[in-house]
Amino acid sequence: MLINFFLTLRKYKLPVTIRELMDLIAALQHRVVYANVDDFYLLSRTALVKDEKNYDKFDRAFSAYFKGLEDLSGLLESLIPDEWLRHEFEKSLSPEDLKQIESLGGLEKLIEAFKKAKEEAEKAEAKEGEEGDDGDKGNADKQGKDGPGGLGKGKKKKAKKVWDERQYKNLDDSVELGTRNIKMALRRLRKFARTGAEEELDIDDTIRSTAHNGGMLDIKMRPERRNTVKVLLFLDIGGSMDAHVKICEELFSASRTEFKHLESFYFHNFIYESVWKDNRRRMAERLSTLEILNKYSHDYKVVFVGDATMAPYEITHAGGSVEHWNEEPGAAWMGRFSEIYDKVIWLNPTPQETWEYSSSVMMTQELVGGNMYPLTIKGLEEGMSQLSK
Amino acid sequence: MIFDSTDSYISTDELSMAVDAAVRLERPLLIKGEPGTGKTMLAIEVAKSLGMPLLEWHIKSTTKAVNGLYEYDAVSRLRDSQLGDDRVNDIGNYIKKGKLWEAFESEERVVLLIDEIDKADIEFPNDLLQEIDRMEFFVYELGQTIKAKQRPIVIITSNNEKELPDAFLRRCFFHFINFPDRETMQQIVDVHFPEVKQDMVKEAMEIFFDVRKVPGLKKKPSTSELIDWLKLLLADDIPDEILTNRDASKAIPPLYGALVKNEQDVHLLERLAFMNRRDSRG
Repeated sequence: MLINFFLTLRKYKLPVTIRELMDLIAALQHRVVYANVDDFYLLSRTALVKDEKNYDKFDRAFSAYFKGLEDLSGLLESLIPDEWLRHEFEKSLSPEDLKQIESLGGLEKLIEAFKKAKEEAEKAEAKEGEEGDDGDKGNADKQGKDGPGGLGKGKKKKAKKVWDERQYKNLDDSVELGTRNIKMALRRLRKFARTGAEEELDIDDTIRSTAHNGGMLDIKMRPERRNTVKVLLFLDIGGSMDAHVKICEELFSASRTEFKHLESFYFHNFIYESVWKDNRRRMAERLSTLEILNKYSHDYKVVFVGDATMAPYEITHAGGSVEHWNEEPGAAWMGRFSEIYDKVIWLNPTPQETWEYSSSVMMTQELVGGNMYPLTIKGLEEGMSQLSK
Repeated sequence: MIFDSTDSYISTDELSMAVDAAVRLERPLLIKGEPGTGKTMLAIEVAKSLGMPLLEWHIKSTTKAVNGLYEYDAVSRLRDSQLGDDRVNDIGNYIKKGKLWEAFESEERVVLLIDEIDKADIEFPNDLLQEIDRMEFFVYELGQTIKAKQRPIVIITSNNEKELPDAFLRRCFFHFINFPDRETMQQIVDVHFPEVKQDMVKEAMEIFFDVRKVPGLKKKPSTSELIDWLKLLLADDIPDEILTNRDASKAIPPLYGALVKNEQDVHLLERLAFMNRRDSRG
């Protein structure tokens, strides 16, 4: 049961496992939902999808699967031979009705008459407004009331389903493929991130506590200092970076899986007093850079990704930003970053050979202490090893 | 075959072969595969079908190889010495046996499951090489070598979160549990939920015709809802080519078999189809 459904989900690259399918079937067995496909949608999503970024994939898969089923509308009709139903129909009639049918020439004949009338009614409709067949049609309608089906037309059009709305479209972050190389480079950083949750002897506390106990030994343990890599990622977006957006997104989606603490922000051209998290609402939802500097402690590693190609005054002058009036020059903000954070690097998607021809790139490189690396595998490797020094 | 599908576990031929080889040659069997493909269950089932006790060693991120052998609780001993406890004189009082020790010591042959070995530190498997290979280890505190009385059947599972060292891999037999194909999946579901589909289909129709009342059902489903429900339950019985061709008339034989099991079913089905026809036309 539901195996095709399950396989459809997998075809849409949803990470579903057999265990979750079993859970779903068990839920059905307990009659959590009953004879309601909308409820089934909610239940199956609850049981099978474990991350909101997969909701959209799930909706698409669900929609595809149920389109296939809905098209089998004739399923039950074709399953049952006509004679059965006639039999069933006869049982529902009173003796008087039966007599009346008899007088009209028996059920068979009556059904024939229906069919004929139906065909003619359809024909009449096709001719649009030709009312010559009024008599026949009226007759058919009258009898249709008791007949096995009547002649009404117009199946209810199904309302748009929840899963067709695809309201989770934005959350799907699998823009990538081909991020493997980047992942390999980022692994360098993760190696550093891997920590043991070991316990070690807290000598100071042991001495203090033992003295406190009047010389009776009292061992104190403490968890070993964790060395988890925490990363702030700043991505340049828009303008001259548009050509590089794809590679940036790849980096972004690759890094998602590599770090436990990763916060990513967007900026335009250079870093000023505010950044944003959601590019579609960059104007509405801005985050103060100062707040970020205060919130994230000095042991965060900071990675900027941008081409650093702009007019030099965008870095050096107040009001230099192309988008808004900035009270303080970008260089001041960058200075704060290098002041607070131990490790700051800048990844540049433009080829390294061209850097020296752009003064803004040279200035930026200086601002990050020379730690600018090209966005290539090698550059990433170097950047990561700089971060983990 | 020593090990085969049981009434609660579906084994493929490859898997049975791998278990067979590992048991006969007394080598550890390393099992990898996607989550939910029954890696841990395998050890439980092997133990069950061979009638051996099962020892489970679940690995966590903090587990060290030596934990599996024994632990020397020096801290308790130190404290006891301060309190003047007599137990201090016998160091054996402070040695806690690990799972490997238990397995080696057992009089009968056991199945030892080392679950999710990739959760541990990257050096973990290397630290176990000798123990797994020779099935013996040395306890420094006691000056004693613990040797397996019966070589246990070792089954190791990995979720592939970390690469395992080559030296370790060389000492193991390896099997990757493929994601099951359709047929195997059908078997797996059947093993866990026998008859669930039949029951639900039958019940659906009975509820619809008020033969059976279900408490908690807010309102009785309409015919079209019920038809959709049946389609959902029975979709697997419709061959793929019919789903793609959308020719419902060809779906009859498989569906008929799934829906109708006795005369009463026929009767219910008749009425359902009748009402469906009336609803969709009327």
